[in-house]
Amino acid sequence: MRKLFDIIAGNAVPAIFIIISAFAIPLSGYSASYLIQELLTRIGRNSFLILSLLIPIMAGMGLNFGMVLGAMAGQIGLLFVSDWGVVGIPGMVLAMLLGTPIAIILGIFCGNILNRAKGREMVTSYILGFFINGVYQLFVLYLMGWVIPVTNPSLLLSRGYGVRNAVSLLGIRGVLDNLIPTIVAGADRAKNFINMQGSGTFMALQIPCFDGEVRIPLATFLLIALFCVFIIWFRKTKLGQDMRAIGQDQSVADSAGIAVNRTRVIAIVISTVLACIGQVIYLQNMGTLNTYNSHDQTGMFSIAALLIGGASVSKASITNVFVGVILFHLMFIVAPVAGKNLIGDAQIGEYFRVFVSYGIIAIALVLHAWKRNREAEASRRSLRGNSNANREGE
Amino acid sequence: MSDINTKTTPLLRLEHVGKEYYGNRVLSDISFSLMPGEILGLVGENGAGKSTLLNILFGMPVISSTGGYEGDIYIDGKVANFTTPNQALAAGIGMVHQEFSLIPGFTATENILLNREVLNGSVLSYVFSPRVSTLNRDAMNQRAIRAINTLGVSINPDMTVSEMPVGYKQFIEIAREIDRKNTRLLFLDEPTAVLTESEAEILLAALKKLARKGIAIVFISHRLNEIKDLCERIIILRDGKLITDVQSQDISTREIASLMVGRGIERPRISLEKSTDSTNPGANPQQQGKPKKIKLALRIEHLWVDMPGETVRDVSLDIRKGEIFGIGGLAGHGKLGIPNGIMGLYPAGGNVRLFGKKLKLNRPRSALNRKMAFVSEDRRSVGLLLDEALFWNVTFTAMQVQGRFLLGIPGIFQIRNELAMRKETRKFIEALDIKCTGTGQKAGELSGGNQQKLCLAKAFALRPEILLVCEPTRGIDIGAKTIVLNTLKEYNREHGTTIIITSSELEELRSVCDRVAIVGDGKIAGVLPATSPAEDFGMLMMGQKFLDPETVYGALPSENANANANS
Repeated sequence: MRKLFDIIAGNAVPAIFIIISAFAIPLSGYSASYLIQELLTRIGRNSFLILSLLIPIMAGMGLNFGMVLGAMAGQIGLLFVSDWGVVGIPGMVLAMLLGTPIAIILGIFCGNILNRAKGREMVTSYILGFFINGVYQLFVLYLMGWVIPVTNPSLLLSRGYGVRNAVSLLGIRGVLDNLIPTIVAGADRAKNFINMQGSGTFMALQIPCFDGEVRIPLATFLLIALFCVFIIWFRKTKLGQDMRAIGQDQSVADSAGIAVNRTRVIAIVISTVLACIGQVIYLQNMGTLNTYNSHDQTGMFSIAALLIGGASVSKASITNVFVGVILFHLMFIVAPVAGKNLIGDAQIGEYFRVFVSYGIIAIALVLHAWKRNREAEASRRSLRGNSNANREGE
Repeated sequence: MSDINTKTTPLLRLEHVGKEYYGNRVLSDISFSLMPGEILGLVGENGAGKSTLLNILFGMPVISSTGGYEGDIYIDGKVANFTTPNQALAAGIGMVHQEFSLIPGFTATENILLNREVLNGSVLSYVFSPRVSTLNRDAMNQRAIRAINTLGVSINPDMTVSEMPVGYKQFIEIAREIDRKNTRLLFLDEPTAVLTESEAEILLAALKKLARKGIAIVFISHRLNEIKDLCERIIILRDGKLITDVQSQDISTREIASLMVGRGIERPRISLEKSTDSTNPGANPQQQGKPKKIKLALRIEHLWVDMPGETVRDVSLDIRKGEIFGIGGLAGHGKLGIPNGIMGLYPAGGNVRLFGKKLKLNRPRSALNRKMAFVSEDRRSVGLLLDEALFWNVTFTAMQVQGRFLLGIPGIFQIRNELAMRKETRKFIEALDIKCTGTGQKAGELSGGNQQKLCLAKAFALRPEILLVCEPTRGIDIGAKTIVLNTLKEYNREHGTTIIITSSELEELRSVCDRVAIVGDGKIAGVLPATSPAEDFGMLMMGQKFLDPETVYGALPSENANANANS
């Protein structure tokens, strides 16, 4: 009974989402090719950000709400790149390179603070996100164009300093997604596509009885795959092993001579740097940077997606990431339209989506605390005597 | 220095080692030596100084941060002064602690080789650090299997520790120590406490095997049979002093027990007129002739209490009306769990009958309503309201539970009767000689001994029929001790209150109580009249079987069965 309950409790969240989607998809009236296209785009856009959460979870630091620090670092890189007018893949790579040292510094800062707040990492990193957001705004709103030279006036507010809210990233828009143009389509559309591409690397897959077309951001997917390989490899290293040990029992790890605090800082630094790279990939797909908002929801939505994928505060896998990103974004795509078709108001779907994503995070945190208490009690229960005979008296 | 002239240098030699914590002497003038391959048994009661000795030898920071130790420690004839455990490890000292220090989600292999993993070389490890090399699982498994085999057991190296039986975990801990290449001296702190008998046997055999390989072993256990069986030499500590250092064949377990608890301390002066007639009648009805006159105050049947660190597994006890009943035993075996569980402070189950009527467990209020009072062992956080005045502390529970010290109409409008509260408090301040500036002083400002008296006053203010007192003399000076104990005795005599005292100090229990139960492993090891010789208590504490059931003459029939089954 307890076991069955555990299985249900363990997978309840993904199951609920699958059921809701099963109802919402037909209601939305979207075609399969549209849905698949949207999903593939969003997988490419968001997976990297979500994957960056895995390593702190492995090190027992919970969900790294502090990943927004990395996102901000990535945005600063992008601002410089668009100011200097570096375009294409070089622009993207340069943005990542510029963001990385900032992310490392922020990660070290964040990691050291979290070491002083052991056991309360999640709320600390969440609040730390707000704090660094203030510093970021100071930097972007006052220092850029005033202390830090900005040559491109179209970036700046009319008063002469401070960055505009919307910054176009046309120069690097879609450069990674379209690096290796790939299409899966019916025969006619595929031929069109091949003619359009002319020379250059591209891939086209024809499916005879398929009318639509789906474009695949192949290069992005390759990068994500590479990153998955990195995580698998990382788990097998000594550093990964140390992180797992620390994640399970810090004092035992410490008495075995593992540098606990240092390792925890490394975990956060890796996560922050990856979030920085992830944010660059994300904005490369979006094509515009909302200077003051883009990073706001990054942490929350990534964490929600991971939890929807069946992860918990203490355990998350690569599978959780992809299940989560598919389910969460399926909801993103279909919920507004389904809500509109059902009640005549798109707002209800949007409301539902926000309600669900925050609700899921709250439930996941409560479940985690509840489970931990229950496990602690269960482990002590084994110390009791012949308990069945004893229970009668209760 | 004379030892150096002999043929072999002892692996470990202690000379006049002593330790004081803030003027409180816990260890004095310990000298002994240990040869390679020798197995030394170290026995002593709680507080005898064993843990301090281990902490010194293992370089625990608690020692250096409190001013280091006196005397000298020699390893291989050279002075060693460890300030961190890592130095001790480097010198070849391995330690298996009482609590498991294993990573639950890791396999046996991963735990044995924790932070000593075998790594695959890679280019990256030169560029960054060796930590980015991958683990060589095959080589790790081989090393783990070798270490496990040395112990003479077979454990699947891929088994996760959290899924292992407790006994296996202990083997994994030891395997981890012996996998370390330079381990020459192994300290084992009660390694068999959690093992079943057969597991313990395998462990002892494994240790003998290790000793034959030249590893010296210091073995700490409360099971004297094991000590006798395993060790060549036995050292007995008592009150921080080395009492004996003998070859184990020259001493019997009974002698060990009596040396441990202290011989020569005669039955303390306390009038026995009252207690003699209530001491024995239960178990020997034929001799006493009037068993029916005994009135039970408390009948405990199969009590379990989930108190962390003091788990009670299965306790059955009968406590007579008007007696002072002592509960003793070693720390961590559950003696504190019994009163805490009865009072509802920790999750508990089983049957508790108070004067024949069943007591609702897990609800402190129901115990208080039934005129039970409790003096907690943790007087600062459970016992007292430290930031409140004395008169608040004394009368608070009585006011809450019994509605006393209140003016007005119950249920409609009531205010505190501070005058009455202060009056009651003054009465206790005088009676118990509590040193304070007045009834308005804050409880937190009192000294430990006076706080303890205040706790008693608080319990007395409830006018209890049954009083449960935990560790009444812990951390207070001798003068206050005497007053506290005498107060309890007098209160018992004057009011006929049944008092249950839980204490780690056996001598104290023997001087105050009529009967004393010894708790071991969360069960009652036996109940003896306080007049029994100290070594009998010692034997019970050490988990010795009483071959002669007559010895347990203080126990009622049900307890007799229990004692025999568990010891």
